[in-house]
Amino acid sequence: MMIQSLAMGRYGSYVWSAYGVSALLLVATIALTWRAYVRAVAELRRLERDDEASSP
Amino acid sequence: MIGYANPRRFLDATRPLLPWLFAASAGLIATGLYLGLFAVPPERQQGDAVRIMFIHVPAAWIAMGAYALIAISSVWALVNRHPLADVAAREAAPLGALFTALALITGSLWGKPMWGTYWVWDARLTSFLLLFFLYAGYMALWNATEDETRAARAAAILAIVGAVNLPIIKFSVDWWNTLHQGESIFRSGGPAIAAVFLWPLFIMLTGYTALFAGLWIVRIRTAILRRMIRTRVSPEYSR
Repeated sequence: MMIQSLAMGRYGSYVWSAYGVSALLLVATIALTWRAYVRAVAELRRLERDDEASSP
Repeated sequence: MIGYANPRRFLDATRPLLPWLFAASAGLIATGLYLGLFAVPPERQQGDAVRIMFIHVPAAWIAMGAYALIAISSVWALVNRHPLADVAAREAAPLGALFTALALITGSLWGKPMWGTYWVWDARLTSFLLLFFLYAGYMALWNATEDETRAARAAAILAIVGAVNLPIIKFSVDWWNTLHQGESIFRSGGPAIAAVFLWPLFIMLTGYTALFAGLWIVRIRTAILRRMIRTRVSPEYSR
């Protein structure tokens, strides 16, 4: 029953491919976007700390 | 609204929004996926292939909505020289291109079992492919020159001119003889789709919209932070 519902008639490969590609691209985009943001935050904080350390 | 022209104020105002946007998108997309994959019955003509609609249609709507956003932001940037307008437009483009690609790919995977082909050069599909090329061209213009002011202006003009493609996409199924089916949701006389299919569709659309908004805001925040970094590293840098 489970295998039948995953097979989705004769459309299973198309349906799961569509959902799989969508999930892959969306998760990759979320990860890359967040990584770039976290790196920018870390870099700015480092520069602010360096400024504070070097100021009299 | 003009107050958000101040990048610091934009950063402060958008920080509390992000957890809500991402939580909402996760919940809505999870609900939409469950309904679309397991709860909705097979459609009479399409069978289980109808389930592709729940990721194809929302992706297409976001793709078009994102381009409209870029065009509007571009007008704002050119006319009012709003400091964040061109940043907002530039950061929406990769996301819009992503959703356009998703719509094209999922549409092809629906088309093969339904039409017997992954692709056909009908008006809807062709104009949607053109949308993808417009996104690519827009992003290429931003990277074409080191002079950001010139790049922003050229990209804005392309975005505004390219917006003519949006009504062409929308009405292509009415104006030409297309393989792609006609309008079945936003039409006079109401949707031609049963409620059992409409609800997961709108839940997925709302989830995708929240996800787009969250990612767009994160990208704008990243761009602002990078500009602040550049200013600190090279104090003469300013725009």
